[in-house]
Amino acid sequence: MLRYFLRRVGGAIPTLFLIIAVSFFLVHAAPGGPFSTERNRPAEIEENLKRAYHLDESVPRQFLRYLNGLAHADFGPSFQYKDFSVSELIARGFPTSLMLGTLAIAAALILGLSAGIWAAFRQNSAIDYSVMGMSMTGIAVPNFVVAPFLTLVFGSLLHWLPVGGWDHWSNIVLPAVALGLPNVAAVSRLTRGSMIEVLRSNYVRTARAKGLRERVTITRHAIRAAILPVISYLGPAVANIITGSVIIEQIFSIPGIGRYFVQAALNRDYTLVMGVTIFYGVIIITCNLITDLLYGFLDPRVRYD
Amino acid sequence: MADVTVRDIPSPMAAEEVAGRSLWSDARRRFLQNHAAVASLVILIIIAALSFGAPFLGLRDQDDVNYDMMPAAPPDFATGYFFGSDANGRDLFVRTLYGGQVSLTVGAVATLVSLLIGVAWGATAGFIGGRVDGAMMRIVDILYSIPFIFFVILLTVVFGHDIILIYLAIGAVSWLDMARIVRGQTLSLKRKEFIEAAHASGVSTFNIVRRHIIPNCLGPVVIYVTLTVPTVILTESFLSFLGMGVQEPQSSWGTLISEGARSMEISPWGLLPGVVLALTLLCLNFVGDGMRDAFDPKDR
Amino acid sequence: MAAIANADLPVLDVNGLETTFSTPEGEVKAVNGVSFQVRAGEAVGVVGESGSGKSQIFMSIMGLLASNGRARGSVKFKGTEILGQPPSKLNKIRGVRMSMIFQDPMTSLNPYLTVARQMTEVLVEHKGMSMAEARKASIALLDRVQIPEAAQRFDMYPHEFSGGMRQRVMIAMALLCQPELLIADEPTTALDVTVQAQILELIGGLRRDFNMALTLITHDMGVIAGMCDRVMVMYGGRVVEAAPAGKLFHDPQHPYSAGLLRSMPRLDETMHDRLTTIAGQPPNLQRLPSGCAFRDRCDYRMEICATELPPLRGIAPERSKACHLQAL
Repeated sequence: MLRYFLRRVGGAIPTLFLIIAVSFFLVHAAPGGPFSTERNRPAEIEENLKRAYHLDESVPRQFLRYLNGLAHADFGPSFQYKDFSVSELIARGFPTSLMLGTLAIAAALILGLSAGIWAAFRQNSAIDYSVMGMSMTGIAVPNFVVAPFLTLVFGSLLHWLPVGGWDHWSNIVLPAVALGLPNVAAVSRLTRGSMIEVLRSNYVRTARAKGLRERVTITRHAIRAAILPVISYLGPAVANIITGSVIIEQIFSIPGIGRYFVQAALNRDYTLVMGVTIFYGVIIITCNLITDLLYGFLDPRVRYD
Repeated sequence: MADVTVRDIPSPMAAEEVAGRSLWSDARRRFLQNHAAVASLVILIIIAALSFGAPFLGLRDQDDVNYDMMPAAPPDFATGYFFGSDANGRDLFVRTLYGGQVSLTVGAVATLVSLLIGVAWGATAGFIGGRVDGAMMRIVDILYSIPFIFFVILLTVVFGHDIILIYLAIGAVSWLDMARIVRGQTLSLKRKEFIEAAHASGVSTFNIVRRHIIPNCLGPVVIYVTLTVPTVILTESFLSFLGMGVQEPQSSWGTLISEGARSMEISPWGLLPGVVLALTLLCLNFVGDGMRDAFDPKDR
Repeated sequence: MAAIANADLPVLDVNGLETTFSTPEGEVKAVNGVSFQVRAGEAVGVVGESGSGKSQIFMSIMGLLASNGRARGSVKFKGTEILGQPPSKLNKIRGVRMSMIFQDPMTSLNPYLTVARQMTEVLVEHKGMSMAEARKASIALLDRVQIPEAAQRFDMYPHEFSGGMRQRVMIAMALLCQPELLIADEPTTALDVTVQAQILELIGGLRRDFNMALTLITHDMGVIAGMCDRVMVMYGGRVVEAAPAGKLFHDPQHPYSAGLLRSMPRLDETMHDRLTTIAGQPPNLQRLPSGCAFRDRCDYRMEICATELPPLRGIAPERSKACHLQAL
């Protein structure tokens, strides 16, 4: 098990390095520098600025400098918000984004698993078709279409939930739902398919032949096997939610990292864009790692790969 | 007891023997039996026809600003503003159609890009096999865990919002699944006899890949192309919604939805392009699923 | 009265069992009016080709039919009717008094649970044992089925066992509660030939030790010989012949049984140019022909065979056949 874990960690490192390197070199391949959009300046000031931000050094040198900074959790200064470093901005926005994301994932798992299992036991019934239909829709419809729609219905028309603001717990409901919906859909679909297959398997037949109570057969034998694909999906789900949060935070004006990212992209704040990309990259890699470990814990066959 | 030898007794099953069917006609038959998929295909054709045929429909021009009409709620059949008008008095229906041209074109082109990269990568990896295959697929695994939207956004930040760049960027981040599928197919095809025969007759590796491997992978490739198109359209809409995709004066569905969301309180019909986008994506998914079931039916 | 009657009651008393499956293409009649008995301690072989209905009989008895299957008729286990009973009632018999082992040990064990878990749960559930007691009893039985180093392997996962060992685990699991009847559905078909012989020997030995009744389902006549007291030959969902094993091998009375026996290559015969086969294909269970299902492949068919279904009639003590022929 330990070897499995170490191998997974080992695989994550080149990925991380790739993310950092690609971000960095992409940004530095840009025509013009971070200051080229501002008004024309006399050459010396230009020089000084460059030196202050180490932009006069060779690109490989800057890369090493950046890596060094990363090792100290320093993502560099923000070009847009002159008084803040990227790390500070990330630290500010992260708790908010974390709360939003966690709610979305929790909703996805709880609702998705329940719906999927329920549908599997009522195969080909009205419930099954509606669950399948809703999950098809949830997967296909983009969250930036769902979000305004939900706001319209639950906010403007029914007045059940607030349309904007961030001071009350009710503010988080709509964004979390909009963010989690595609994942609820995907999880319920996966669960249903997997559950149906497991219920037909030979080992569930054996469990019944052994005269075990149906409830034991379902919980101990069936469900345990059926959730494995969902566990695998957790990695992509997290990535999904992270990318989705970028838009959701924008739509609902939530002060999270996603919104900083969008502002940074629109304002060409390179360090902030890079910093958020790398930060989220680390989170995704970590979540993938945790998912792999969890999977290895549940399925003994992969441990001895 | 008499010795029994194999006699020519007409088998009771003989009468029911059906003529052999090819994979494609089998698949087509199964697809046509899938009502959801067929209906979706029809809807898609209608949407595409309307979008690309818009200039020929004698409709209002999309930039026609009419201050008297703003903003009017749909459906205003008398004046012909089927979706109402946007904040600037432009005909939203017409704008949606033209937006469809942009979104669908991006869908097609970017998918083509991802198709080329994915098939080339997968076929080569599968065919060469061994360590090269291992390395190439490791790269795919690594790329899988990278949040692509961020890189596409980075690209647009860095290089500007050129439409060609967008096609390339989106295509460049969507080829992974295709590569995996093609590699899998190639690996299983490699072991079949006709490849050996081609080898033995001295056909070069390149030509074997081109003439034998790639045509035989067509089935799964077609399925994954249909499943890639909605992903690509979604990515483009995502970018455009944030303002990082297609730029004025062009607008795709994403841009329209973004505008609609902003003026949602006063003119909720601004979200109609969103409904069209959602409908298109849904239909594409049904068709993709239908194709997957048609080629490889599993009990649902 | 009751005590004496109990000892005499057959373990299984099947009467007019009919099992059908509803498919989109129509109804499939897998079992068509099968009646037989299995007495205490007796070993009965059930032979037939794929599609003869031999497995579905016992799936119906155990209540393990697929969701589109329906079984009608009567099945009595030691005098108690069990066909059509809800799982809650069946679970008092399944795994405890009547056990079943299946053809494919690879997929019949849960890959995500240890062997220990899968075995102890039977004892905990049915006998109320504590985990410690259940472990001891399970390991003892694993030793009995000749799993080397049973105590060490006990907490391993199924994929860490070879095919033959997995089947032994299945057998042990089935015998934990010392059932009165073991149903073995093609237990050796998926195994190597050498392992086959070992498994069959194991089952035979355990049967004698536990004084269990056994129904051995197979398509291989060779497996039946030496293991079974009586044999039932199935074709097209019906029993076509039933006889004590010795009599069947020496003097089969149904053309199909004769054909089966002839198609087994023997070491003591001179080589022929071709293997003897029974011409034709098994019947389509959705459209069974009128009259005898075997008639199109039978060398001895008569006109009456196409119109009248031959009933299963007794021709001697313990012997019956379903054929219009007086004697082969």
